[in-house]
Amino acid sequence: MIYETVIGLEIHAQLATKSKIFSAASTTYGASPNTQACAVDLGLPGVLPVINEQVVRMAAKFGLAIGAKVALRSVFARKNYFYPDLPKGYQISQYELPIVGSGEVQIEVDGEEKTIGVTRAHLEEDAGKSLHGDFQGLSGIDLNRAGTPLLEIVSEPDMRSPKEAVAYMKKLHSLVRYLEICDGNMQEGSFRCDANISMRPQGQKELGTRTELKNLNSFRFVERALDFEIERQIDVLESGAQVIQETRLFDADKNETRSMRIKEEANDYRYFPDPDLLPLIIEPEFLEEVKVELPELPDDKKHRFMQEYALSLYDASVLTDRRELADYFEETVKASGSKANLCANWVRGDLTALLNKNNLDIIETKVTAVELAGLLRRITDKTISGKIAKKVFDAMWNGEGDADTIIEKRGLKQVTDIGAIENIVDEVLANNPKQLNDYHNGKEKLFGFFVGQVMKASRGKANPQQVNALLKKKL
Amino acid sequence: MHNKSLSELSLLLRQRECSSVEMTRYFLDRIENDNRLLNSFITVTADVALRQAKVADERIQSGNAGTLTGIPLAHKDIFCTQGVKTSCGSKMLDNFIAPYNATVVEKCQAAGMVMLGKTNMDEFAMGSSNETSYYGAVKNPWDTKTVPGGSSGGSAAAVAARLTPVATGTDTGGSIRQPAAFCGITGLKPTYGLVSRYGMIAFASSLDQGGPLGHNAEDVALLLNVIAGFDAHDSTSLNHPKEDYTKHLNDSLAGLKIGLPKEYFSEGLDPEVFKVLETARSELEKAGATLHEIHLPHTELAVPIYYIIAPAECSSNLSRYDGVRFGHRCNNPSDLTDLYKRSRAEGFGAEVKRRIMIGTYALSAGYYDAYYLKAQKIRRLIRDDFVAAFKQVDVILGPTTATTAFKIGEKVDDPIAMYLSDIYTISVNLAGLPAISIPAGFVNQHPVGLQLIGNYLNEAKLLNVAHQYQQRTDWFMQNPLGIAG
Repeated sequence: MIYETVIGLEIHAQLATKSKIFSAASTTYGASPNTQACAVDLGLPGVLPVINEQVVRMAAKFGLAIGAKVALRSVFARKNYFYPDLPKGYQISQYELPIVGSGEVQIEVDGEEKTIGVTRAHLEEDAGKSLHGDFQGLSGIDLNRAGTPLLEIVSEPDMRSPKEAVAYMKKLHSLVRYLEICDGNMQEGSFRCDANISMRPQGQKELGTRTELKNLNSFRFVERALDFEIERQIDVLESGAQVIQETRLFDADKNETRSMRIKEEANDYRYFPDPDLLPLIIEPEFLEEVKVELPELPDDKKHRFMQEYALSLYDASVLTDRRELADYFEETVKASGSKANLCANWVRGDLTALLNKNNLDIIETKVTAVELAGLLRRITDKTISGKIAKKVFDAMWNGEGDADTIIEKRGLKQVTDIGAIENIVDEVLANNPKQLNDYHNGKEKLFGFFVGQVMKASRGKANPQQVNALLKKKL
Repeated sequence: MHNKSLSELSLLLRQRECSSVEMTRYFLDRIENDNRLLNSFITVTADVALRQAKVADERIQSGNAGTLTGIPLAHKDIFCTQGVKTSCGSKMLDNFIAPYNATVVEKCQAAGMVMLGKTNMDEFAMGSSNETSYYGAVKNPWDTKTVPGGSSGGSAAAVAARLTPVATGTDTGGSIRQPAAFCGITGLKPTYGLVSRYGMIAFASSLDQGGPLGHNAEDVALLLNVIAGFDAHDSTSLNHPKEDYTKHLNDSLAGLKIGLPKEYFSEGLDPEVFKVLETARSELEKAGATLHEIHLPHTELAVPIYYIIAPAECSSNLSRYDGVRFGHRCNNPSDLTDLYKRSRAEGFGAEVKRRIMIGTYALSAGYYDAYYLKAQKIRRLIRDDFVAAFKQVDVILGPTTATTAFKIGEKVDDPIAMYLSDIYTISVNLAGLPAISIPAGFVNQHPVGLQLIGNYLNEAKLLNVAHQYQQRTDWFMQNPLGIAG
């Protein structure tokens, strides 16, 4: 039987606020345990929550960015359950009336665009952490993270492959960073994902029984966990058994998912509106204000790049994935006055390669856009060839100065004096009589050999077009 | 000295006839002598009080004093007090020293008031008799065989026995007004949101409201002046401009329209209490008010829905008492579940457990719509009854309680009877309105309370009516036997 995969994702984006969602305590990551938890975060008797306005602003930004309706009235609800790192015995979340209603995002897999529905996005507070280290057989609790604001983004079951799921996740990752509402740091858990996955026979309308996968803290893990789960569920179905609705934990070391709890054991969370918080009312003027603050969004930027710079869909997608990268590209084009295509190749090629090699982010680049533009200008005005430019670029990266300084210092200026090039050509032809003979006897492939020899003799500085033209004439 | 009103005490201090330290010592001595019998205090904070009194005296000396600077008061043990045990009447918090002050406590401190101690109360404010306290029942100073009411029973008894001039309390379903009535004093439950709930240990968040208890309307108004006001730490706090609640005390009642709900003067009301209220009604008529029969048709639904909403909220509010971070923790838990189960089983009393179970049930999947949601809809109808009534009348008059104080032990085994004793007070909390209970007479030497209910933020009007009534009667000046007049 042929099966169709159905995937929906729940993404938790930690909102990049300075203070917590309901208290004034700091959200800075990595402080020593329980130093960033105030009376409210500790759930002391008598404390009350007060919503942080920045959190509302960020959620509204997200809603507007995915074309969703931002609720002018949303309600915080309590999700009741006992856990040692949940100080109040309930988590403040949103249940029936979330702040962001349904919207959509565009993804692109293998050059094909597809729309993925977002069901809703709601605000909630994060819990603390249980530490199972050296506590004489006991567990430790760190409540620094308790009360950190989260936006939980729930998708429709619109994805049909792990690749689509990863593309969707990457798209949201890009979007929240464009909006500057989440730092996207997956190692620190600022951007986390749970996946719901089920299989159904091709053509069947109703959904199969799903499992929920947890602990997917990288794009790679999402893909691997889903791949594993597809195989597992198909095996179950093929053997004539039923998939059990359950929560499964992904084990990255063993590359498998394991049952965590089945539905019957699930908590009854006894949601009800939090009486300590009034319904969250957003004034239309506030939304207008947020709308004005919205940056150009990735999709708009991508389409503009394709139009304005005549870039391919692929180039435009890569360059607009990060707002900082897109800005870098545009700055390079502007400063260099060079062709956009040349700039695009350099930014997503040489620059990106060096960044990746050194494990640096675009904002940590060693060569600024203006500096790169200086280099590209020299390619455009034929001072140096593209090949030489790569050497110059490496030198720039290593801090040897700007392009012109390096070209000057190393004497890399392209030779365009026709007489000088002619001398080299003559010399090469004279030094390689055998090849010359073979060439004349029809081995035309050797043309490249002669070009190479000339370039080598000029230490790469000869203008390749001129070399070509001269060789053709002489041969 | 203990029979003096707050303004009289304030005058003594400002005319230097008495220092705050002397006044504080005087009341501490009274507590020392009489508290053993009444059990109205859980903690007496003599050291804190004398320290605060000294500071108050300095403020008075330097001419930097407000009306209540140097005046002693007692806080219900539901308000967090920094560095002082805050038990909420529960074994669960017997070891809890609050690391911060409730806003109400902070405001009293800023006004220069002196904290004598923390008063006894029903456990987590759940009770109408003060018998659910981990620290034992409080006795009614008028008849020590009877209850003082609850849950602010300790505050009411302490004021009635003149162990403190004034006290704070909280009212979730009548917890200020009912003990005020049983103890023959004046108690005001303000409009929901007027007094900050920050640092006031939550029972039922949408109903809880702090307020003052004192001997008369003026004292209550003066303390309300101190504790009322917007608080950025409480999202349900009202951003209402500061008022002087003493300003309208002396306004004439001529033309005042008083509504008498038919449903409050019907079966269930003790005929003797009814008679007392009849006399009070005509006294107000003599002062120029007119009486009008009104209807509050959903009154009978108030108690049942209260016992869904309040327990539902309490079941969630009390989840934080899990033995993990503070409060009672069982010995040698074998695992996490054992820690939860035993800490809570040992730390909570029977009434608290009963309400947690009722509330957990009411919020459970499959029951939520039938109970909690329905109750919230009826709550709206009860509110609408009042909104309609206040289109016809200025204030509503009724009994605070159906009977006078009942005997200790009389209703402990009959929770329904206990719950029904709050029948006239509960609607007010469900609607979020202000209401005051004032002494209106006696039945067999037991005080009777008269309840006045006002429209939203009409505290000044309630206090005006209460004060005018107290200008014409001396019920509020009566003292229990054994307390010198």
